[in-house]
Amino acid sequence: MDIVLQQLVNGLTLGSVYGLIAIGYTMVYGIIGMINFAHGDVYMVSAYLTAISIALLTFFGVQSFPFIIFGALVFTIVITGAYGWVIERVAYRPLRNSSRLSVLISAIGMSLILQNYVQLSQGPNQQGVPTLLSGAFRFYVGDGFVQITYMKVMILLIAFTGMAVLTYIIQKTKLGRMCRATQQDRKMASILGIDTDKVISSVFVIGSAMAALAGVLVTLDYGAFDFYIGFIMGIKAFTAAVLGGIGSLPGAMLGGIILGLSESLFAGLVSSDYKDVFSFSLLVLILIIRPSGLLGKPAVEKV
Amino acid sequence: MSQENILKVENLVMHFGGIKALNDVTFDIKRGSVSALIGPNGAGKTTVFNCLTGFYKATGGNIMLSANGKETSVIKVLGEPFMMTDFISPVAFIQRLKYKMFGGSHLVNRAGLSRTFQNIRLFKEMSVVENLLVAQHMRVNRNLMGGILNTKAYQLAEEEALERAFYWLGVVDLVDFANRLAGELSYGQQRRLEIARAMCTNPEIVCLDEPAAGLNPSETEALTKMIRVLRDEHKTTVLLIEHDMGMVMDISDYIVVLDHGEVIADGGPDDIKSNPKVIAAYLGAEEGEEVTL
Repeated sequence: MDIVLQQLVNGLTLGSVYGLIAIGYTMVYGIIGMINFAHGDVYMVSAYLTAISIALLTFFGVQSFPFIIFGALVFTIVITGAYGWVIERVAYRPLRNSSRLSVLISAIGMSLILQNYVQLSQGPNQQGVPTLLSGAFRFYVGDGFVQITYMKVMILLIAFTGMAVLTYIIQKTKLGRMCRATQQDRKMASILGIDTDKVISSVFVIGSAMAALAGVLVTLDYGAFDFYIGFIMGIKAFTAAVLGGIGSLPGAMLGGIILGLSESLFAGLVSSDYKDVFSFSLLVLILIIRPSGLLGKPAVEKV
Repeated sequence: MSQENILKVENLVMHFGGIKALNDVTFDIKRGSVSALIGPNGAGKTTVFNCLTGFYKATGGNIMLSANGKETSVIKVLGEPFMMTDFISPVAFIQRLKYKMFGGSHLVNRAGLSRTFQNIRLFKEMSVVENLLVAQHMRVNRNLMGGILNTKAYQLAEEEALERAFYWLGVVDLVDFANRLAGELSYGQQRRLEIARAMCTNPEIVCLDEPAAGLNPSETEALTKMIRVLRDEHKTTVLLIEHDMGMVMDISDYIVVLDHGEVIADGGPDDIKSNPKVIAAYLGAEEGEEVTL
């Protein structure tokens, strides 16, 4: 019983992180119909930026934890957002009107560039940040106990706040309305006076900012990272986006949480070696039953 | 260009590969008029519209739009290729570079021209009122922080936009459907919503591509009335493509007839009705044969 509960908590935190990264995949797919394979590496860059920001802050004598995390969040989100903007401007916009395949290859190239650039500039070895927040809540269940570290509580709080703010932006604000209009009919939106290039840029910035949020939280929790973490995280988040129905924002969040929960539960109850097998089998199963994903809209041919 | 003409199309050419869709099209549209662009199928009417609104980049020619107190060259704001003369004149070079980087069809709309489509292109997954709000974002405070923090200025701007949206819903008689999804509306309602959305961008000239297509006679009559309202009450110039000759002759002040990518006649409804070239183009009749439209 305690193991199930423990794994539920772990799965929820892991899932919210997947969800945050999946948002970037799903928004970009929704608006320009491409899979941004460099997105996982944007997440990786944000992990390095977190370490840099913590080093900078401690260098300037900031000691208290809330200031450090706030500073790290702002610094990382702003710079990662800038990375997202530059990536779109350099690698995708010139290919806006070419075939989808060329943009895809450009994305893979961007991913390799980011990995190698970080490897060259930061070194190939694994790096780490010190544990800043230790301690945990303990709940005794039966003869065992469930332990929820303060860090995990913080991940959940910040991740869900981030998702809530994003949902609000997309549903209620002007920018969100412009995003949705551009997503449904880009040419028409531009004829109504919307600068669609600017909207697409802002989608990339938002997606990267969400990945940065995930990057800060995971880095603070796990501590260790290297230039290759973006690949597996990117694949997992992409899976989450497809699971929830790519192009759908709530779908990405839901898909992330389902993926995280199923992975942790399987790892805790059956075998941690086969957890990826289980989560990908789940993906296959769901796609057999609902090819468009859980919340995705079935593709309808225009007649 | 005189203030009298809102739109001046000169020697417009549009080629798709080897196909010459438009071959030297020239016409002027008077401010505050209702003008019609007619012609047999495949004459190039919609291509003219697409060039006017920046949907296509014209191969050659010039389109000058004189609205919102300034003159805009539609071809220029879409971004032209650099020319040799640019290297002599840095001002021209910088302007071209600016439009190449930031230009696009949104600038045509901001210059005061909006349009509707032959096949309806509403944002089907958004509600009716949202369709109208999204068209107005250019005039409202679009600061993102303002939106998140819900500042006073932002709220005020949103209220204004809503008011305007409901005003136009009233004009096209869709107030009761404000919160329905646009895709759920009937065909006739979607057509009217598209006109309302085009008007929400506050254009000085609105281009309607076959607004009466698929409407029944009473709906067409309501549409005719509405177009008159646009012209008389809102001082909007209307340019329309239409196949319903009864309606065209009824409301147009000025008609341009296209055939095979060329203007074959222009003038008032009465001139057009009796023009032998027009009759020949429509009916394939020999010149001089007795045909009435």
